[in-house]
Amino acid sequence: MARRYSMVAAFAGLIVAIQLATHFMDASYHLTQLTMTAYYSLLIIGLCMLIGYAGQISLGHAGFFAIGGYVSAFLTTHNLSSYKGGAFASFLKKSGALVGRPDIYGGELLTVHPLLACVAAILLTVLIAYLIGGPVLKLKGHYLAMATLGFGIIIYRIPLGTTFLGAADGISDVPGFPLAPGVVISGASSLRVPNYYLAWGLVILGMALLLNLVQSRVGRALAALHGAEDAAGAMGIPTARYKLNTFVLSAVFASLAGVFLTHYNGGIGPSEASVMKSVRYVAIVAIGGMANLWGALLMSLVLNYLSLRGYFGTYDDTVFGAILILIMLFAPDGLLRRHLFTDLKRLVSREPADEEAP
Amino acid sequence: MTLLSVREVSKRFGGLQAIDDLSFDVAQGSIKALIGPNGAGKTTLFNLISGSLEPDRGEIVFGGAAVHDLSPDRIASRGMVRTFQHIRLFPKMTVLENIMVGRHVHSRAGFLAGMLNLPFTWKEERRIREKSLEILDLLGIAEHARTEASSLAYGQQRVVEIGRALACEPKLLLLDEPAAGLNMRETNDMGRLIEKIRDMGVTVLLVEHDMSLVMKISDEIVVLSYGQKIAEDRPLSIQKNPEVIRVYLGDDGC
Repeated sequence: MARRYSMVAAFAGLIVAIQLATHFMDASYHLTQLTMTAYYSLLIIGLCMLIGYAGQISLGHAGFFAIGGYVSAFLTTHNLSSYKGGAFASFLKKSGALVGRPDIYGGELLTVHPLLACVAAILLTVLIAYLIGGPVLKLKGHYLAMATLGFGIIIYRIPLGTTFLGAADGISDVPGFPLAPGVVISGASSLRVPNYYLAWGLVILGMALLLNLVQSRVGRALAALHGAEDAAGAMGIPTARYKLNTFVLSAVFASLAGVFLTHYNGGIGPSEASVMKSVRYVAIVAIGGMANLWGALLMSLVLNYLSLRGYFGTYDDTVFGAILILIMLFAPDGLLRRHLFTDLKRLVSREPADEEAP
Repeated sequence: MTLLSVREVSKRFGGLQAIDDLSFDVAQGSIKALIGPNGAGKTTLFNLISGSLEPDRGEIVFGGAAVHDLSPDRIASRGMVRTFQHIRLFPKMTVLENIMVGRHVHSRAGFLAGMLNLPFTWKEERRIREKSLEILDLLGIAEHARTEASSLAYGQQRVVEIGRALACEPKLLLLDEPAAGLNMRETNDMGRLIEKIRDMGVTVLLVEHDMSLVMKISDEIVVLSYGQKIAEDRPLSIQKNPEVIRVYLGDDGC
């Protein structure tokens, strides 16, 4: 247990070191991409729990990200001021469920409070994840991959074809997210440093929760059903329910990531729901070592940052596709897996012996 | 007292009547064996009893309640636990972790409690670990606690699988060919282990091909042929039963 938390502390130290480095190198604009990376990482660690520990693939998690982002974006930008005279609307406004702010034309914009919008987004995500996951998780292997891919494609087409979700343009002018009094998730450049720490703080909190889960009775049960599902059932583990719960949990992580990043960016577009995004997330979990939350987090930090800074240029999606192919060919258990170092040692110590042969 | 009662159970796969109107009881505290030639329906019957398959007709009553429409995990949580003919350990987990999974039904920390690492889970984890170590001691494999399960010898893997089932503290233990793949010495040890388990108060129902083992340890034997029960008796009487001799050796002039 001590090791679990010392890793968390070490990672927090890394986050501080990165911020200090950008500060002294006078490159604090990097923090914007690093903050966005944090929110993507929230999705990645949830997906890592599903793929690596419960052993269930999902090629539709960009869909859950988009559900979170779009619900929150729509509710916090859709103007309800035409209902202002109504008794119900004024009651909601007094109770704080609706908030007013000036729009760019000097009129008043009356919208749902971001916290309430977030709750709505999460509830909808949980509902959809249960409805989709229930039947779909009865499938295994590539059948499950194809079914979740289908889900991802459906979700992608919904905002593209829906006018009030902005169609191809997406939704913009999304306000900041007041997480607590005085703590706002927002892309304003004056809040760049606190937002960087806020975002990574949320990731570290998520990591702590998932690391606890992995080490718990439930984590053991998930590892068991990953290893031999029929035997896990024979030991009294309700395998279908545990798979479904993990699926919903990872969907909530994805949805929260969508909510927060949308408020941070001030908007969301349909590309966030695209299948290529889902493929990218799976590729990052794979290169991170599948059943390795720390590996997935570190790979997410590096690869999302490089991608967001534009280092991959027009080959962005190509890079992640190539990663997935190479991992599946050469290290189907993932690259940064638990036994990497012992495997490498064995490889190194065996090679000279092979060369001795005539 | 009857612990398990199979009542007029039938199961058909396409054109094959795998189990045909089969009935028998298992008395509490006994060792009962199911034998029969290959294809007699022993494994199908095991899958029906443990909930992997549902019977077409008939009912299976365990501890006074019908269980034939329950899922395997619900049946296990009621105290009926099985092992597999082809050993099904959790390969990447250690021996101790494998046994700890067996404590699942006797602990309760769920997703939320696990994520929040609530204090009650610490005590629970400690109890799970202690109980699992006790079982390793009982089986004499404590020195392998930290070994990855898949790297053990075959015979030891089978012992671990039985230990994992015992960790559930079952009322009824279903053993599917516990001596398959074991050498003679290991088979003898297995026989003594099964008797020890019975003496601990656990009822045992086993499928087994090794006749010397079955005859030595069983209190009663059920003989299956083509899905039907052709005999049910004590070992000595089964050995003399002409019908049993016929299905095992054939009836044409030997």
